[in-house]
Amino acid sequence: MKAAAFDYEKPADVAAAVKLLSGAQGMGKVIAGGQSLGPMLNLRLAQPQLLVDVRGIAEMCAVTETPEALTIGACVTHARIEDGKLPDATRGLLPAVAADIAYRAVRNRGTLGGSLAHADPAADWVNTLALLDAVAILQGPAGRRELKVTEFMHGPFATALAEDELLVAVRIARLSKAARWGYYKFCRKTGEFAEAIGAMLVDPERKVCRAVVGATTSVPHVVADARAIAERFMPDEALKAVEAAGLGDDPYERQMHFAALKRAAARMHGGGS
Amino acid sequence: MEGKSGKGVGASLLRKEDERHLRGRGEFVGDIQRPGMLEAAFVRSPVAHARIKGIEKPAGFEDRVFTMDDLADVKAIRAVTAIKGFKPSDMWPLARGKVRHVGEPIAVCVAATRAEAEDIAAQVYVDFEELPAVVDMVEARTSPPSLVHEEWGDNVFLETLVDDDFTAVRARAPIKLRRHVRTARQSMAPMEGRGVLCEWNTRLGQLEMYSSAQMPHINRSGLSECLGLDQGAIRVIAPDVGGGFGYKGILLSEEICLAWLSRRLGRPVRWLEDRREQLVASTNCREHDYDITIYAERDGRLIGIDCDATVDSGAYSLYPFSACLEGAQVASILPGPYKMEHFRCHTWSACTNKPPILPYRGVARTGVCFALELMMDAVAREAGMEPYEVRLANLVLPSEMPYDNITKKHFDSGDYPEAVRKAVAAIDLPKWRARQKAGEADGRRIGVGLSVYCEQGAHGTSVYSGWGIPMVPGHEQCFARLSPDGVLELRIGAQSHGQSMETTFAQVANEILGVDPDKVRLIHGDTALTPYSTGTWGSRCAVMSGGAVATAAREIAQRVKKIAGKLMEVAVEDLVLEDGKVKVAGTDKQMTLAEVAHVWYRAPQRLPADVDPGGLEATVGYKPQRDTGTFSYACHAVVVAVDPEIGHTEILDYVIVEDGGTLINPMVVDGQIYGGTAQGIGTALYEEMNYDGEGQPLASTLADYMPPDRPKCPNRASST
Ligand SMILES: Cc1cc2nc3c(=O)[nH]c(=O)nc-3n(C[C@H](O)[C@H](O)[C@H](O)COP(=O)(O)OP(=O)(O)OC[C@H]3O[C@@H](n4cnc5c(N)ncnc54)[C@H](O)[C@@H]3O)c2cc1C
Repeated sequence: MKAAAFDYEKPADVAAAVKLLSGAQGMGKVIAGGQSLGPMLNLRLAQPQLLVDVRGIAEMCAVTETPEALTIGACVTHARIEDGKLPDATRGLLPAVAADIAYRAVRNRGTLGGSLAHADPAADWVNTLALLDAVAILQGPAGRRELKVTEFMHGPFATALAEDELLVAVRIARLSKAARWGYYKFCRKTGEFAEAIGAMLVDPERKVCRAVVGATTSVPHVVADARAIAERFMPDEALKAVEAAGLGDDPYERQMHFAALKRAAARMHGGGS
Repeated sequence: MEGKSGKGVGASLLRKEDERHLRGRGEFVGDIQRPGMLEAAFVRSPVAHARIKGIEKPAGFEDRVFTMDDLADVKAIRAVTAIKGFKPSDMWPLARGKVRHVGEPIAVCVAATRAEAEDIAAQVYVDFEELPAVVDMVEARTSPPSLVHEEWGDNVFLETLVDDDFTAVRARAPIKLRRHVRTARQSMAPMEGRGVLCEWNTRLGQLEMYSSAQMPHINRSGLSECLGLDQGAIRVIAPDVGGGFGYKGILLSEEICLAWLSRRLGRPVRWLEDRREQLVASTNCREHDYDITIYAERDGRLIGIDCDATVDSGAYSLYPFSACLEGAQVASILPGPYKMEHFRCHTWSACTNKPPILPYRGVARTGVCFALELMMDAVAREAGMEPYEVRLANLVLPSEMPYDNITKKHFDSGDYPEAVRKAVAAIDLPKWRARQKAGEADGRRIGVGLSVYCEQGAHGTSVYSGWGIPMVPGHEQCFARLSPDGVLELRIGAQSHGQSMETTFAQVANEILGVDPDKVRLIHGDTALTPYSTGTWGSRCAVMSGGAVATAAREIAQRVKKIAGKLMEVAVEDLVLEDGKVKVAGTDKQMTLAEVAHVWYRAPQRLPADVDPGGLEATVGYKPQRDTGTFSYACHAVVVAVDPEIGHTEILDYVIVEDGGTLINPMVVDGQIYGGTAQGIGTALYEEMNYDGEGQPLASTLADYMPPDRPKCPNRASST
């Protein structure tokens, strides 16, 4: 199938992009890497009248750093992260996750912001950024606002973004030297979306111990105090988390997500690989 | 055997085809442009089973949208068989009265671009009265929710029975095992989908159709029947074709529509199937259901097999293979390479509200082999034997060859047990058995799998005539011409789409004529340029077209020798063909093929008056002495690690032992085997075309339908 007709603009800054989206009155759509939107356009599941390509906006491609945090522009590609082109604020977590997203061809184009804005529950960044308790930076006609990514995503393919709002960047708190993480995703084939994701982060200096039951039917399920799963893996507690994520009824879902948590914990204790 | 020149039969010559394919210079239907060409998009049924109450064309586009009412002079596609009791189905190129599967074409829309044609298609309104969908093949025949073709009275294309009396067997057999085995419905997913471009040539009064097709001559015959044109008024060209596997062995509704449109509109029209159409709308394959009971002695020797097999044939009988081929194959090949005294097989080719099926690589063999080999493993467990021992106890022995098996299949030659012994040795069974005993540190379980089969190729007239489908193969022709410059031109009616015939047939010609493979040009897949052929399917071309090429090369060799003999004043018997030359044995007297050809065409004054005027061009035919087909055979062995916690499977080792007889090009044969193995891995672990209770396909993109990819296939397989 071929996309229905649309207009195309490539603005140079955030303000211009917001203006274009406002002018489109709900019929505009942002395009970044096009790796999710492209197929939707071709299948005519999305039929916007205007596409606003944000890849020409310098601020959205930028990466900035402070002692406390790393801010990654929404248009930074999976490949840039995979290749270690960003300062390592997460003790290797971001590059490791990036390297396991789809194929290189998809990673060359797909962006961090696009993945988050697309809000597929099975996407890697959706779950990783929830684990890291990252902050999404949005800009619309009324100016900027910041939201925790856990509040940014409302449900499957649904976010806090208004029709004329952009996701400009994502801010991640820097992990301490003692931080350790474990990430496990199960998919049958490279490039297939995950059937289950388990993720864990322990950062004692910052008093963080989180776990994520990922690839759920909706938002990532975050266990904010995950000591009973992460520090010492207690199967009953892990199962409770899976149930709390709404995955307790289907025996297959339950088992897969349980195993993903267990393996994420094992990986974390195996040295954070 | 590597031939005299090192480039003939047995040489792993690099593929001539790759020059253009690796550089992206091939020409597929999607690459062809014609001035004024329109693109077509089809309005397809969103429901599995419904009556059509009305179709509304969008205002202003009445002359761009066409329905079956517009194509009133076109006949339905009817693929009947001669088997008693077969119920034919009328498959209208565009739905008439009813739709019977999701994706069935209802209307065709044309515009300057595909996107615009889809814009129009989106506005066509179809009023449906939905009917209960027939989704499950067994339910379709036992308790049908509705009738797919109402006039039939049931949902069965064909029921067949190979009968036998099991009363005594049941009473005495020490081992008796019954299993229910199902294979998934699949979609053959060639890299290139289908594509059709039609143009009416007013000078020739001829339809020119480019189609991504495996059997262009058969398409031409079918088109002629449906369109009421004589065959000479149709030219079908299959240009480069990006994979077939049976998916393109069909007369398409889309071909008929486009042929009609191009004539009606006086403009070229093209349709390129997209992946979504390929997956949901076109054709599927391989959905089988076996209720199978096996009887054996304590020592693992088979007594007999009793099986009820149902094949989900989908909604229509396709041209030319028909809806009965798959079921008929099941009944005739289920005994596999084994000996047994009793065999009973009851088959039903069930009709459902799903796309019709086509024979996918190894027609029915995959399902049959799966069902049978599972039973052999079950017997091994019951008898307390190694699975390979049970196979060895039942395989036809080399001393028994040639062997007519219980379904009268004529196994020509081979050492089946040796294939098993080699595979078991190569996979190192004791090593894995020890590891299984010890257990894995990571908790995974190791499994060793074994599968043996023999596979019929080059089925001839006697095999197909009983089925009486619209196409019965028999013989194959080749036109050969030694051109004035010594280049050999070969024309065959089959189509090469991955089989590497441009290379392998050049090797066959080299073996006989001594002509360098670089100086052989194979022309194929064009009905205007090649002899009639039933096309490329059923592992037949190496034998049939290859046989025709060899026969033609021999004929040309004789004629070259006759002319050269006159020119060099020696007896024909003293001449040999080597390195592109005609040499007088035992002397250094010689002429090049080019010199001989030049004299024949351009300087005939140098020839004596009594030279045979037959010349250096000939069309000759080939028919094997026995037409029951060839039987190659193989044994595959695999070691997998299964993760019991998540069900994930990893292939640790894979061994293939295959006897393909004389290999024209071993590299090409290896490629075919690796490709087939990848398809088998997909069948076993990844691919499934699922439908919900309403007959809606659940895999409509390659995100849901999963052919195995490179990382999922073993890096190396040892092939012997
Ligand atoms: C074959 C294949 C395999 C894949 N496998 C995986 C995988 O294993 N794991 C995984 O996580 N992902 C996978 N993906 C998805 C991939 O990561 C996409 O790149 C990502 O989901 C979207 O990023 P994008 O830049 O391409 O966004 P686009 O496709 O351009 O946009 C996606 C959506 O986000 C919106 N959007 C994009 N950027 C912004 C912005 N800055 N502000 C507001 N809205 C915005 C768009 O309007 C659109 O709705 C796969 C994709 C493909 C094609």
